[in-house]
Amino acid sequence: MKRTISTAVIAAAMLASVPGARAASEEVNLYSYRQPFLIQPMLDVFTEKTGITVNVAYAEEGMLERIKAEGENTPADAVLTADIGRLKDMEDAGVLAAVNSEVLSENIPAAYRHPDGYWFGLTTRARIIFASKDRVGADEVTSYEDLADPKMKGRICIRSGKHLYNISLIASMIVHKGVEETEKWLLGVKANLARKPQGNDRAQAKAIYEGQCDVAIANTYYMGNMQTNDEKPEQKEWASAINIIFPNQGDRGTHVNISGAAVLKHAKRKENAVKLLEFLASETAQSMYAAQNFEYPVKPGVAVSERVQSWGSFKADTISLSEVAKHRAEAARMVDRIGFDQ
Amino acid sequence: MTRAFDGWSLTALIVAALVALPLLSVFGLALSGSGDVWAHLVSTVLGNYIRTSLLLMLGVGVGVAVIGAGTAWLTSACRFPGVRVFEWALLLPLAVPAYIVAYIYTDILEFAGPVQGAMRDLMGWKTARDYWFPEIRSLEGAIAVMVLTLYPYVYLLARSSFLEQTATLLDAGRVLGNGPWRNFFRVALPLARPAIVVGVSLALMETLNDFGTVDFFAVQTFTAGIYDVWLNMNSMAGAAQLATVLLLFVFMLITAERLARRGRRFDMKAGRKKTHVHDLKGWLAVAAILACLLPVLFGFLLPMSVLFSHAMVFYEDSLNSGFWRHAGHSLLVSSLVALVSTVLGLVLGYGARLSGSVLTRYASRVASIGYAVPGSVLAVGIMLPLTQFDRSLNIFSTRLFDLPLGLVLSGTVFALVYGYSARFMALSLGSVESGLARITPSMDGAARTLGANRSETLRRVHLPLLRRFLLTAILIVFVDSMKELPITMLLRPFNFDTLATYTHQFARNELFEEAALGALAIVAAGILPVILLSRTITGGDR
Repeated sequence: MKRTISTAVIAAAMLASVPGARAASEEVNLYSYRQPFLIQPMLDVFTEKTGITVNVAYAEEGMLERIKAEGENTPADAVLTADIGRLKDMEDAGVLAAVNSEVLSENIPAAYRHPDGYWFGLTTRARIIFASKDRVGADEVTSYEDLADPKMKGRICIRSGKHLYNISLIASMIVHKGVEETEKWLLGVKANLARKPQGNDRAQAKAIYEGQCDVAIANTYYMGNMQTNDEKPEQKEWASAINIIFPNQGDRGTHVNISGAAVLKHAKRKENAVKLLEFLASETAQSMYAAQNFEYPVKPGVAVSERVQSWGSFKADTISLSEVAKHRAEAARMVDRIGFDQ
Repeated sequence: MTRAFDGWSLTALIVAALVALPLLSVFGLALSGSGDVWAHLVSTVLGNYIRTSLLLMLGVGVGVAVIGAGTAWLTSACRFPGVRVFEWALLLPLAVPAYIVAYIYTDILEFAGPVQGAMRDLMGWKTARDYWFPEIRSLEGAIAVMVLTLYPYVYLLARSSFLEQTATLLDAGRVLGNGPWRNFFRVALPLARPAIVVGVSLALMETLNDFGTVDFFAVQTFTAGIYDVWLNMNSMAGAAQLATVLLLFVFMLITAERLARRGRRFDMKAGRKKTHVHDLKGWLAVAAILACLLPVLFGFLLPMSVLFSHAMVFYEDSLNSGFWRHAGHSLLVSSLVALVSTVLGLVLGYGARLSGSVLTRYASRVASIGYAVPGSVLAVGIMLPLTQFDRSLNIFSTRLFDLPLGLVLSGTVFALVYGYSARFMALSLGSVESGLARITPSMDGAARTLGANRSETLRRVHLPLLRRFLLTAILIVFVDSMKELPITMLLRPFNFDTLATYTHQFARNELFEEAALGALAIVAAGILPVILLSRTITGGDR
């Protein structure tokens, strides 16, 4: 019995290792932090256009450790991430390749890519304020700073301060205003919370609808997902109870984060990987990307979807995202220090 | 005597080393510097992490022990209406991933959920300040959900143990004037202690390694802290150090319990097998039915009906060709792991029994505590030796044949089978050990005196007696493998999804309805083994 088992294991292992080991030129291997159902439609079009098959392994924790451990044997050629933080970690770990592509530099504004081409932003999403239509006055909240005002006491809902979207927001505050000022602000927000931080951004909208709180911080695309949810029509009601506020339009602008991509240093199919990135930054993919998940395309001139357009245009904070990413650990510690999640 | 170094002990040591390898690489990671992460943690959140984790363990430990052992006793020693159904139904919650149950109850019980909504409509309350309602996203909520999904471990092992207890003993108790209560507390429970302890420790290890449920409930456990240090403070070393502390703690707990029952023996002399001893009538029967019904209702029936209603709506979106491929992957890996892990558990357990050596016994204990490590951290620990092997192999093959082989072990199904087997060793070894503990050493002696060697003794004496426990091992490892997530996420090959990863990509975004069909399939695949398991355990007594 033991022998049959080990034979089976070895056979299965060999079977599974075939696609990774085959160094066919018409392939590209992708490690992705973005969920397959979000990116597959674009990848399908890419394969259709170029004949290059895209193999994907989706992972969350430990992807960077995997790339480091595999070293020069890694079968992966490129990575996709859902935020700047992971890109920065990879850049710091020295696992990325510098890519020099005219298409990429032309299509992606400098603020959303690494100056030497180590990583590229593909879409942006704004971290905005959801406010109850009934209970929040027109000019009552216009900036992140307003959320720390005592008049907001018991009226704010938010997801965990440790979530990477909030970490990134706090880090951007640190860059703009310094540690001390930011900590004061975060303490103020903490004092105004209606409940312990919990749930995702959508859950905050539900809480506003149900009257548990009046304002929340959330990413733009959650609004789109709720407004168009035919299968769960109750979410349309949540959305319709909420006004979108783009904070800090009078000064530095609304904090934005990127989803992005990078080519790996030890990529075996570098050319295909660059082709994939160029495709993702192209008009076709950018408008698909933007329409599908209600994000903002990075390529200037690509129209946002009608739904996204209906939220209005806004001024985005143009601070360097590299700089923001550098302060993530500091932000995480601040959340601990003031016991934000407790 | 050369007993310590005979073939069995040596094989057991090698197996233990293979299973412990991932832990060793976590220890290795812990050796590098982590800057001032510790100073920061100690001065801020560490105390809270520890307190929360201890309270969680206490709550879950007491809960699973009471429900698990209580219902096991009722279904194995008492007769009341429906007992035949409860025998297997009580196992069903085992097949449901805990984080799925967490989602479902949050949906139902949170402020915006139907229960509180109905209460507000009924009573005219407006805001949360108008009335009191327990917060589901809390430590208590996490305890409740974990108890509901983890008590079957205790139930399973305690029931096997109760069923092995001979009628003679319980009859003796009865003759001495014990009712069902006294017989339970004075005779059956003490004898079932090793099995119950194994069950509770499995439940607690799973409590400690859980991230999905506590993260969802916003409960700041030690494990949540490990993830935070790793991912937000970008310190793998710091995370590995925290994980090492966690492991030392678990190791101490297990060792303390073993010391506490040192010198006692729990093995059984052969005797008349019992049928249900106590007849429950009237209110007692009603109470027994309720005690068995509630865990099944809240741990299985209610969550399943919610999943089912979601799956009906999202049926078409979910059921594409990929779905069946994912199911195939899940079944392939889970079956392989169930077999491999049980064989390894048997080698390890039997080796430790035969060997007089302290080394072997400790090795087997170390091998099984990997289960308490947060899954993703263990996954990194598994990945490191595999990639290291691949790297050496490539250097070798490139030098000799100028042929870079690429990755041979890591990122393959082999890596998954190895990873799962290492992670779930506690489950298979636990079952094997509680089975072996019930076989009196005089049996080994008798067989050896009659001229059988060790392997023959195993095959002809122990295996038949262990049948039940081995099957238990195979089936619970299978069911847990169907639910496995972190190792699959990190070690899988390209384009390889299981039902668990497929479900998770939606659940991660709280797109819970889209995840329903996948979750339902995981449960469905687990139900058959669970029923089979129950029949085998009850088996010989009918």
